[in-house]
Order: sequence, then C-alpha cells, then structure tokens
Amino acid sequence: MPANRFNSSTTFGVGIGLRIPHYDHILTKKPTCEWFEIISENFMVDGGRPLEILDQILAQYKVVQHGVSMYFGSAEKLNREHLRRLKNLVRRTKTPWLSDHLCWGSVDGRYTHDLLPMPYTFEAARITAQKIKEVRDYLEVPVVVENVSSYAEFHVSEMTEWEFLNEVVERADCGILLDVNNIYVSSQNHNFSPLTYVNAVPAERVAQIHIAGHSKYRKYILDTHDHPVIDPVWKLYDRAIQRVGHTATLLEWDDRIPSFDEVHHEALKANKYLASASLAAAV
Amino acid sequence: MNLATLQREVARAVMTPLAPSERMRRKSSNGKSLAKVAAHIIKPNDRLTSFERLEIYNRQYWFRVLDGFYEDFPGLCAVLGDRRFDAVAKAYLTDCPSRSFTMRDLGSRLESWLRKHPEQLTSSVAALRPPGNRSAAALARHPRYQLALDMVRLEWAEIETFDSAAEPPVNLSTLQKANPAKLRLKLQPYIRLLDLRYPVDDLLLAIKHETGTNVASNAMAERQKRKNVSAMARLKPVPTYLAVHRFDNMVYFRRLEREEFGILAALHHGKTLERAIEAGFRKSRTPIEQQASDTSAWFRNWAALGWFTE
Repeated sequence: MPANRFNSSTTFGVGIGLRIPHYDHILTKKPTCEWFEIISENFMVDGGRPLEILDQILAQYKVVQHGVSMYFGSAEKLNREHLRRLKNLVRRTKTPWLSDHLCWGSVDGRYTHDLLPMPYTFEAARITAQKIKEVRDYLEVPVVVENVSSYAEFHVSEMTEWEFLNEVVERADCGILLDVNNIYVSSQNHNFSPLTYVNAVPAERVAQIHIAGHSKYRKYILDTHDHPVIDPVWKLYDRAIQRVGHTATLLEWDDRIPSFDEVHHEALKANKYLASASLAAAV
Repeated sequence: MNLATLQREVARAVMTPLAPSERMRRKSSNGKSLAKVAAHIIKPNDRLTSFERLEIYNRQYWFRVLDGFYEDFPGLCAVLGDRRFDAVAKAYLTDCPSRSFTMRDLGSRLESWLRKHPEQLTSSVAALRPPGNRSAAALARHPRYQLALDMVRLEWAEIETFDSAAEPPVNLSTLQKANPAKLRLKLQPYIRLLDLRYPVDDLLLAIKHETGTNVASNAMAERQKRKNVSAMARLKPVPTYLAVHRFDNMVYFRRLEREEFGILAALHHGKTLERAIEAGFRKSRTPIEQQASDTSAWFRNWAALGWFTE
C-alpha cells in the first residue's frame, strides 16, 4: 500500500525532520532529501525568519506537517486560534496529509506541552474521534494520528493501546502515523509484545511511519529522539513494512542533533527494508 | 472516573511544582496526597510504583517549561543570578501556566506578573533592609527591580519582533507627497518601542554574545557569569529609548533619541504626522532650527528600514 487516501495517494520514501541546526546546510548545500517533516507549531507564526526559511524549503523540497499540540484526546474543546493558524499553514505548505498525536495535554485552557497518554476507554475513543473529524473537516486535509510512547497506564482503561488506536481510527475514519519506536518504548515500559501491537494495526490505514532512537534507564525507557535507531526497532519497522508495504518513513532526531549527513544516513537505512517490501510486492 | 475528571487530576499532579530535590512532592497544591492520587489513577508495574510513574511526567513537565523559560530570558537570569531566577521562574510558571498551544508564549504574562509581585525580584535585597522599608511600593522602586523589569520587557519584545507579521512598507516619496496634517502612518507590526530606565540592550547583547562563544568551556562560562554580575552592579540608570525591529528578518535593537521615540510612539497611537512631530518635540531642548533637519533625517532612516505601513 504505497499510497492510500490517508496520505493523499502519495508515494513518499524516506525523509527526516526539519531542524534548526540543519537550516544552513540544507539551504546552502541543497542536499538530496526526498521530503521533510516540519513541526507545525514552529511555523504557525505571522512572519519573520521561520516563514522565510519555510518558504525556501518549500521551493525545493516536499514538506509534510506534523503537530505536537492539537491534543485530540483532551476532554476540552479544540482551540479555535490554533486551528485558524494551522489552516493558514496548511494552505502555505500544501501538506498532503497532517499528523498529530493520539494523546492529550491541555486541561481547562492550560497546556502541559507534553504528549500525555490516553485512558483506553470507549468514552475517550468517542471524544477523540469526534475531534479528529472536526479538525479534518475544518482543515480539509487528511488527518493521521500517531501512537505516543508512554510511561503510565490507567486503571480505568477498558482495552489495550492497539485496540484503542483501532477504535479511534475506525470511528474517525482517519489514517495512522505508526511510530514503531514508540511501540517499542511502550512495550518495554508496560510489558507487552511490540509485535502483537504491529500485527494488530489496520495496515490499510497506515499513511506514514516514524522511526527514532530513545534512552534506556534502569527501570524504564524514555522516548528522547537523541540516538540512532536500535536493532529491535528496525526489526519492528521491518515487520510493519511487510504488513503495510512501501510507506513514507521519517526519522525523528530532536536532541543532541548530529550533522545533517549523519541524520540522513541513519534515515536512509530504512531503504533496505522498503526495497525488500517492494520486491516482495512485485513477486 | 470520566475523561475530564481524570485529565484534571493528572494535570494538577503533573503541574505541581517539584520539591527542592527535583522529585515529585508528597502533596499537590490543593493538599491532596499525590501518592493516593497516583494509586487511584495509575497502575503500578513490576519496576515502578504508581507514584513513580506519575513522577516521570511531573519532572518532564517542569524540566521542559523551565528550559523554555531559561532560553527565552537569559538576560533576566543574568540580572537576578541563577538561584533567584530559578525561584522566579518556578513561581511565575506556577501562577501563570501556559495558556497557548506554543511554548513561544510562555513569557507573555511575565511583565504584568512581576509588576504584581515585586517581592519576587527584590526579596534577597529587601531582606537586608530595615523592616519599615519593605513595602511593595518601596520594593518596586528598588534599582534591581527596575533593571529586571527593563530586561524582561526587552526580552519579550525580542520574542515578539522575531516572528510578528510584516506589511508592505511605505516609501519615502509617498511620505514626502502626503499632507502631514492628514497623514496617519502605521508602524510595522513587528516593531516594539521601549522606554527603559537602564541600557539593558547592551547588556543583553553582551550576555548573548558570551553565551554563544563560551559553550565549550564551563570555566570560561563561570568566569563570564562573574563578569556579568559585576557589569550589572556597575550599570547606572540612563533613560534609554529603543526600537526593537527586524531587518532582513534579523532582530535588532536601535537606540532612539527621546524626540524620535516620541514621534514614533505618537504615530503608533494613531496621531497624524503633524501631531506626532509636535508631540515628539514637546519639552525638547533641541533648537527649533534643528528640529526640521533632525525630523527629516529620522524619516529617511525609518523609511529606508521599511518601518511604516499605510
């Protein structure tokens, strides 16, 4: 499934997250990179250097928007100012799809700026799906939701995380940004099989995949995006690609960011798996 | 427990200030035991208690917002010193948690909050003073308070100027053809005009320059911090008029004459060009014959910088 209605039937390959330390390199050296993912909130401004940089990137590269604060899962209503600014940015970037997280992070207008895990309840699934639909209808672009990594589980949960993800995307009829690193991190923190999760995801809804590195502590793993991708995550990625097919893949590296070439080189390792998936599909 | 209730409980715990040890406190701000809250809401696992799992989010929240606050206000940190800055940051972020989807707005209420809480900036100084001299009004007149407030205003102006909108500029020939009694000019949305008691622009530039050049050496950074503290102690109040503006999308601090500032401020408040010039030179010591040439030179500069829009 290289292209589907959740990624506007595009066939993107491997991209990386657009980050400030790489701006000069990208704009002066113009390296080959199939696409960039931008953090929407960094560009939801009225002017200045952020938009100047973005316009230069847009002139040369394909760009997809990824948000961090829509909080589909917050019980409160959507922030209209946020949506208005996001729509302006969608018009500017012409992003083929827009992703944000299956999480919550704001209460009564106060923002934690974190990706807090959902209680896996039917009430939460209903509220979350409703908000995803509202965002999609307002922005007029396919919306895909990303599974987050988590460090806590709630007593009130009525299902597993993957069952909750499926419940939400079916109700909202939206796509999935499958983050295989997040699946791995949560599986280690909550003692479940990451393969069970990957195998349970509806393949036809996966619009994009995230890969990343993380940090291991004595009692838990933190999703820090500051290391290369480890082998168990590549194995999960391999399994995901076998199920889903050739899918737009993005490496996230957000802290202790090495050179553009190093990040891009790490991301391009995904091509090995994508190539074998394409070969398998051809056979 | 429904979704809204659960999220309120968790958010209250996550946003509870950390203990001095940087661990989660035993009780939340409303006096509830956080161990009980955690046990009621969060499952333990074979390695972590419910409290420890909640604590991960509590610590991440505070580390994130404090990092963001420090990045936005390095000048205030230099004025106050690390320990006082840390206390101010925690008190401010507890009273004024983010109400925006973007961390960029974290400091948007800092100036108004500090005006209501002068003791936050001056308590270490006030503690040394006689008790009768510690009223809020007295604290607000303290030089350290004024210096800190000036720095906050400058740093927030810099944040706003960086990514505010720009409109198509009006050129000089349009200005020259217009009737000054009727012409009303708008300043670019990104321009911020500041009347300051201290020349904090020089200080902030020095701090940023040094922060940028000494990252490789802790010893150098510490030495520079001590230099900054002594520079702060030597800093005398000098009325400073400033335009924080952009050129080629870089932010600059441009010093203004008092009269220049007066004209620009009057234009910003919607006065006609003629009235704005009158307001700018009110109580000015500039000889009348020099006023016209000064005004003409200033407008040439402002127009060249693209500061006016219609």
